[in-house]
Amino acid sequence: MSESIHLVFNVDGNNFASAGTASEEVKSKLKMIGISSADIRRVAIAMYEGEINMVIHAGGGEAIVDIFLDRIEILLADHGKGIEDIEQAMQPGWSTAPDDIRALGFGAGMGLPNMKKYTDEFRIDSTVGVGTNVYMTIKFN
Amino acid sequence: MGKEDKVKLVLNEKALHTVMLDPDKCMGCITCMRRCPTEAIRVRNGKASVAYEKCIGCGECVRLCPHHAKIPSHDSWDCLNDFKYKIVLPPPSLYGQFTNLTDINIVLNGLLALGFDEVYEVGKGADYVSEATNIIMNRGTIPKPILSTACPAISELIMMSYHNLKDHLLNLLAPVDVAAKIAKQNAIKRGIPEEDIGVYFISPCPAKVFALKMGVGVEKPYVDRVLSTSDAYMHLLPVMKDLTDIKPICSLSSHGLGWGISRGEANATYKESTIAADGIDNCKQILDMLEDGGLQDIDFIELNACTGGCVGGVMNVENPFVTRGRLHTLIKKLPRNINNIADLNKTTDYFCWEQDLTLKDVFKLDDNRIVAMQKMMEIESIMEELPKVDCGLCGAPSCRAFAEDLINGVLPRDTKCPRKEAMEKNSK
Repeated sequence: MSESIHLVFNVDGNNFASAGTASEEVKSKLKMIGISSADIRRVAIAMYEGEINMVIHAGGGEAIVDIFLDRIEILLADHGKGIEDIEQAMQPGWSTAPDDIRALGFGAGMGLPNMKKYTDEFRIDSTVGVGTNVYMTIKFN
Repeated sequence: MGKEDKVKLVLNEKALHTVMLDPDKCMGCITCMRRCPTEAIRVRNGKASVAYEKCIGCGECVRLCPHHAKIPSHDSWDCLNDFKYKIVLPPPSLYGQFTNLTDINIVLNGLLALGFDEVYEVGKGADYVSEATNIIMNRGTIPKPILSTACPAISELIMMSYHNLKDHLLNLLAPVDVAAKIAKQNAIKRGIPEEDIGVYFISPCPAKVFALKMGVGVEKPYVDRVLSTSDAYMHLLPVMKDLTDIKPICSLSSHGLGWGISRGEANATYKESTIAADGIDNCKQILDMLEDGGLQDIDFIELNACTGGCVGGVMNVENPFVTRGRLHTLIKKLPRNINNIADLNKTTDYFCWEQDLTLKDVFKLDDNRIVAMQKMMEIESIMEELPKVDCGLCGAPSCRAFAEDLINGVLPRDTKCPRKEAMEKNSK
């Protein structure tokens, strides 16, 4: 038996409606394995947010997921424009959305901070003009 | 009784109280199997069969079966003689079944003419639930958004598939339970012996049948018998024509009647940001969004498994949209606020769940996580070999469900995918 359940999803950057497909499938698998609902919620929130980010900012990408007995490792990889200042992007409330969009309730700047909040390990590698890799690990109780 | 026996009993109960199959009419087509929202149906030996532990009683299979082989379970009209004192609970959706109904009292008097001793409208119970909802929301003890629990198919779905969302559930009895509780207790207070009292609900859907028979949030069911709306309709039509003296007994408010239609409950909360979704697939989408951390700005979410709300129940006779139109016409004639908890001399607790709902682990592959992981890996490796077109030829709703059936021992492990076999044969 291999060590993890290895899943690869294409996140379609041209199709907003498809964002969430990967997190939906991962959620359903975690439920079948019997992971606690609190942990599933953390995975769902972090992964869904990441998928949406890839669609909005990076024209899609890949979600590579490994489910282990005690944890889940998620890599969200895109070939988008990259993040110039990761530290700034991680600040709660910081957003690339213009003010008029924010006035409508979008781009609250909580995406990345939330992903960090709900994960046990969180790391971003990004090169401007090349793309971004977001690594997340959530440990199961 | 052992645990297994208990589980068996519950399953048998569910079979009796949700849907049953007429094997003579079932052609073994895969319509119901493909559309069951919890993938509870398989077609084996040419007949559809339901894994009742996964059934939420939504009635989708009844609605879709082209051969009318799915029969919603309910009590027969003959059970009217089971009790000396009969209280009937008509739901809002019932009034919309009749063409050109100008006065709800005609239906209520019709029920009395059919032999019921007393009528207590479910819409009245709905008014109390709305008021209690407001009180609970203002207390802020339940995390927002609050999820309605009035549709038992949705509550059952959440208990099976959305364990995360349990804390969001509104811990109030459904309007029908409130109506039954008040009516029964009032009758006892008036000196009628409890054993003589029978409370009858006229149900629009199988979900309400099993919810009332098994009890959701109640210690023991307040409703004694559950009739179908279509049976009630057939009996009411002839007597309604011949009524001479129509007593004004209707005490519905426009809000109470509105509960029969999707959005009626949400509107009655008077909250700014509410969602009302209807149709089981739409409801599942909303639950998924909520599970993914969305919809945090919403106060209240009303979900109805049937399209249009209770007017869409499969035990109704009329088209849901026609019914909805008729209810809108009737709603305009009703006063807004007439039933208040203060008149009852009850506290909010009276309307709350008497016991918590229980989470159900029906989709878990194994209690042991290591075993469950192994099973999941086997499913994944079987999946690689399957055509992934979800054709249904094997009698499972999807390739994934087929793989799960192999691993769970529902099918012999060496069962072949019939589509793949046929293709291999053709290419030879």
